[in-house]
Amino acid sequence: MGADQLFSHGITLAVFVIVIVKVLVAFAALMVAVMLMIWFERKIISDMQNRIGPNRAGPWGMLQTLADGIKLFFKEDLIPENSNRFVFKLAPYLTLMPAFLIFTIVPIGGIVTIFGHTTELQVADPPMGILFLLAMSSVAVYGVMLAGWSSGSKYPLIGSVRASAQMISYEAAMGLSVATVVLITGSLSTRDIVLSQMGTFFSFIPKWNILRLGVVPFIIFVIAITAELNRPPFDLTEAEQELVGGFHTEYSSIRFAMFFLAEFMNTITMSAVIVTLFLGGPDGYDPSFLHWLWPILWFLGKTLVFLFGYVWLRGALPRLRYDQLMDLGWKVLIPISLAWILIVAAMQVNRYMGFGLLVLSLLCAVLLFRSMSIGDQSGEAADITLAPTNRPLESEARQIAPGLKVVRPTFRSGTPESGGSK
Amino acid sequence: MIGHLLLTTIALPDLFTFIFAGLAALVGAGGVILARNPVHSALMLVMTLFSVAVLFVEQDAQFLAAVQVIVYAGAIVVLFLFVIMLLGVDRREVTQKDPLPAQRPLAVVAAILVLLEIGLLARSHWSTGQPAVVGPTNGGQSNIVELARAVFTTYLLPFEATSALLVIAVLGAVVLARRAATPTDTVSKLDTASSDILIDLGVDPASSSDDGQRSHQ
Repeated sequence: MGADQLFSHGITLAVFVIVIVKVLVAFAALMVAVMLMIWFERKIISDMQNRIGPNRAGPWGMLQTLADGIKLFFKEDLIPENSNRFVFKLAPYLTLMPAFLIFTIVPIGGIVTIFGHTTELQVADPPMGILFLLAMSSVAVYGVMLAGWSSGSKYPLIGSVRASAQMISYEAAMGLSVATVVLITGSLSTRDIVLSQMGTFFSFIPKWNILRLGVVPFIIFVIAITAELNRPPFDLTEAEQELVGGFHTEYSSIRFAMFFLAEFMNTITMSAVIVTLFLGGPDGYDPSFLHWLWPILWFLGKTLVFLFGYVWLRGALPRLRYDQLMDLGWKVLIPISLAWILIVAAMQVNRYMGFGLLVLSLLCAVLLFRSMSIGDQSGEAADITLAPTNRPLESEARQIAPGLKVVRPTFRSGTPESGGSK
Repeated sequence: MIGHLLLTTIALPDLFTFIFAGLAALVGAGGVILARNPVHSALMLVMTLFSVAVLFVEQDAQFLAAVQVIVYAGAIVVLFLFVIMLLGVDRREVTQKDPLPAQRPLAVVAAILVLLEIGLLARSHWSTGQPAVVGPTNGGQSNIVELARAVFTTYLLPFEATSALLVIAVLGAVVLARRAATPTDTVSKLDTASSDILIDLGVDPASSSDDGQRSHQ
């Protein structure tokens, strides 16, 4: 049902102090983790790109982030003339707060007893649990959107519109894959989700949700989260070649640092959420000594795997085009996750219904993708003005009006290439 | 007497939460109508919705609180902001005009009616001061379980009808927004897009040729 034992005897001063300590420890740990994460990412990326990376401040350059933070803090804080000052100052906080708040519902360890009070190793365990994740990630849209708008400049506005469209579209797929987890757990509480994943199949395969649900919701969730984080390959919102820096172009000094902080904090938090939902959270092999420590180590280890995965994605994949991004979100991820919810729900009833629904969804998928391809073909005529090149325009025009002459503007007289032929 | 009632029946943390969330909701509601900038108004609306969500949590209606934030703050006000930002409603000349002159006196009447209704509700036996109508505090199962049971048994038909209504609305919006592509449409677009280039090169756009070869050589 999702309630911490800590509150079962009423709220006394000791309970209050424990809650405060938990919040402070979580915040401090997350800040240190962000510092190390930025260093980790820069180091791994530089290894992948065959260069050295930060190596001056501290051992192996570990304090580079701290140095950068201090430098940013003392830089001049510029506010553009055309900006909406109140909203401009508010936006970084709106980005940072959800990043931290999502972390509060992640279980990072087992149950411990401090000074006679038994408590769970997570900041909060509300009954609405994982819905809090969805609520906070929908709030995170505001920070990006308002930052872009309030800057009073074109590139940030374009970046923020891209960002909010992207976050809203991928939230649907994310919510649907979370729903499969909730279906199989029967509870929204993150603690219950973790507890239900304990145990093994055939006494050696862990009973984690990634296996219980089939791998599909896990993959969809990871893709949707990557898009939600605006991380590569979904980082169109800060595409340097097109948009300078995206929504935070006009930000400088500590406000810019806060956007950066929020981005990396979100990466860590979302990796932790993936571990919680699909990989059993702190569940793992437990030698019978130091009983409280092993779950935390397991949790950190699993999270680190995903953090490395995100850095790897950044190093390996090129950025998507905007139409590819929207096609992937709406035409692939959402239909698959919808079908998978139905299959998981039917599997809860019995096997025959589950496999029946699997066959039915495959049939529906074939129909859907056929109709989409027909729609693409007939819709191309309407979309050609949006297409980035002239090629579809030419071929389409020749089909409709065979005699039409189409001339490209690349060979104007006076350019060096065409100068010789004059 | 009311102070005495509050102190005896409500725990102290609940009282603080109620006071702060209630004040924030009121300030936000005032800000929505008093702010000059429509974006500020929308943000104030978000504040009110959040405070109401906090009040829901305090009443043990956790699911309602989450849905309030996800649906209203996360989707509907974002949509408002999109419209305000992209259509440029935040310019001064647009906001100063009053398209419906009758709505101010009507608003006063409506406000009086709502105040009367709140007064009636506050004096009647309908508002009991109980934390939740169905929920763990009243000895039932958790809020979400009760809600799910109600929606999928007693109120199944209205629930499904509402979802069907939403799907129909989405389909209708898509049909209205999607313009049918016609051949003439394409050609006219093509002309406007490239005619200046063609004229620039001394080519008549209407003259026909068999291919798109470069014509200036």
